[in-house]
Amino acid sequence: MTMKKRNLLLSIIAVIVLFGVANFVQLEMDAYIRRIVNLCMIYAIIGLSMNITNGFVGQFALGQAGFMAVGAYVVGIFTVPVAMRPGVFYATPMNPAIINIYMPLGVALIVGGLLAALIAFVIGTPVLRLRGDYLAIATLGFSEIIRIVITNASSITNGALGIKNIPPLNDVRIIFLATLITFILITLLINSSYGRAFKAIREDEIAAEAMGIDLFYHKNLAFMISAFFAGIGGGLYGALLGTVDPKNFLFTLTYNFLLIIVLGGMGSITGSMLGAVIVTAGLEYLRVFDEPLELFGMAIPLFRPGFRMVMFSVLLMFCVLFWRKGIMGTEEFTWDKFVNFCKHPLAYFTKKGAHAE
Amino acid sequence: MEFFQAFANMTAASFAQHMANGISLGSLYAMIAIGYTMVYGILLMINFAHGDIVMMACYFAFFGITVFHIPWFMTFIGTIIATALLGVVIERAAYRPLRDAPKNSVLISAIGASFLLENLANYLFSGRPMRFPDIPLLSQNIAVGGGVQIQAICFVIPVITIISLVVLLHIVNHTKTGMAMRAVSKDYEIARVMGINIDNVISITFAIGSAMAAIGAIMWGIRYPGITPMLGVMPGLKCFVAAVVGGIGNIKGAVLGGFILGLGEILIVAFFPQLSGYRDAFAFIVLILILYYKPTGLLGETTTEKV
Repeated sequence: MTMKKRNLLLSIIAVIVLFGVANFVQLEMDAYIRRIVNLCMIYAIIGLSMNITNGFVGQFALGQAGFMAVGAYVVGIFTVPVAMRPGVFYATPMNPAIINIYMPLGVALIVGGLLAALIAFVIGTPVLRLRGDYLAIATLGFSEIIRIVITNASSITNGALGIKNIPPLNDVRIIFLATLITFILITLLINSSYGRAFKAIREDEIAAEAMGIDLFYHKNLAFMISAFFAGIGGGLYGALLGTVDPKNFLFTLTYNFLLIIVLGGMGSITGSMLGAVIVTAGLEYLRVFDEPLELFGMAIPLFRPGFRMVMFSVLLMFCVLFWRKGIMGTEEFTWDKFVNFCKHPLAYFTKKGAHAE
Repeated sequence: MEFFQAFANMTAASFAQHMANGISLGSLYAMIAIGYTMVYGILLMINFAHGDIVMMACYFAFFGITVFHIPWFMTFIGTIIATALLGVVIERAAYRPLRDAPKNSVLISAIGASFLLENLANYLFSGRPMRFPDIPLLSQNIAVGGGVQIQAICFVIPVITIISLVVLLHIVNHTKTGMAMRAVSKDYEIARVMGINIDNVISITFAIGSAMAAIGAIMWGIRYPGITPMLGVMPGLKCFVAAVVGGIGNIKGAVLGGFILGLGEILIVAFFPQLSGYRDAFAFIVLILILYYKPTGLLGETTTEKV
């Protein structure tokens, strides 16, 4: 059995095992756990999408919340059953052009992703000429503009009231499949010639251009793909919550994904997956910090609402100051490494120690 | 068509009102933009936390007057000093350890610092909006005829801004510290070789930028009294845009950019009331336009990129 076949077999086994876990969570666990697992996977999709531009192409874009909003609103607008729409749009009647258009969730997700990609194309043309800091501010600004437009376009988006009664998506298995497809597609993309071009741009733009890589084309492509998956993730997020509201998509939401990719490693797909699980589950379990805590009959004054987010921002600062590579750096988890590690667990540590010398 | 309608309906008095609003908002933007442009000129990084330094300054002044009952002018001086210190502390803790790190890491650290300040303010002062105390002398309305009243602070803000600008330009152009700052922003490495203590110069830059932000923040609080932990976010982003419009690294440019954005924002809403929901989008559209057509800003110098 060749290495390649062995690795494929291991991957298939891992997917089956994980699907089994998803199935178990769906059938046996309570709603709270299901929700956290769903959120982990959705955040993984969006973290991966952000890693394409920020980790692989090295363009620091902060527009993820805006693209998520586009996806979530497409799902919100088109999956609410037609009969329930007058109840949702009670303040401003819905625009007659779209009031009778209904889409099933799958179609709405794809449409949302494509619309996000289209917006990314329109935004990207002027914005991707900028670099570094300017790009960060401009994409952040556009993410806010998307939110402002959504807040003001009441006859389509119901404005600041948000859209309620979205048929909830509460199946861990479906979200697992969506995450798996995203993971596979992005892995294929990064291992293709496009992926190599992306990494070349990250390492040195001028050298990459001299080697014949069309900078603008590749940056724009990466930005669009990133927006597409952010739109899909946003759509799933909207369907998971069952309501969408412009306030859900403040640009601070993007910081969650920033922490995910910084913690997991900028430029590592498996790192983003790990980061998403750690950050999402961590944020959920850090809720303890928001509750008043009593130890030995004494109330600890530190613990009150808001402390969780302070810890969260300290964690982000800590990562970037002292642990810049994150968990994976730009490395990936591979079966070869895993098998080697299983064969010689001790050699792994000694070799690493020697390397550090 | 609607533009002319709105223009025709506008009396001289209400035009004066809009101009007063626009000039005072522009001056406030200018004060905050100076901090961005100085830091960018020297470290080539956006101090994302600058807007949140403004927010903290508002809270310092609020607590000084409302909670500790310190006379307002003493509070204002204390606020300026405390904010300058805060700026220096942020630089030491979040930016200095990353001096030789890739630029994206510094950017993430800056975002982290900004997010930390917001969450800290939310935790310490609660997310409820608080009312900035009234300073009777400055908060009163002055009748200017035609039934229009303009707040006294609107006249004070541009004056203070111009005085601060003159003092700052004197420091930068005619003192030894200022010379060191200009040297560091021209060439970091050479300045170090010539015996300039880079770390001190950077600390002083942050102190001055934050002090300017504090002056702006106090006036901001008197003009727009609702203060919340997220207060600094939008002004922060817009003032960065103002600094870019004027030419980043250029102090006069930052002031010019601040006035363009402040006046533009107010006048657009005055002439096109139906666009008032899109007020915050104006700055970002200006940013895209300026970076597209004149990336160095209105008063900036052109530089070529080196390999």
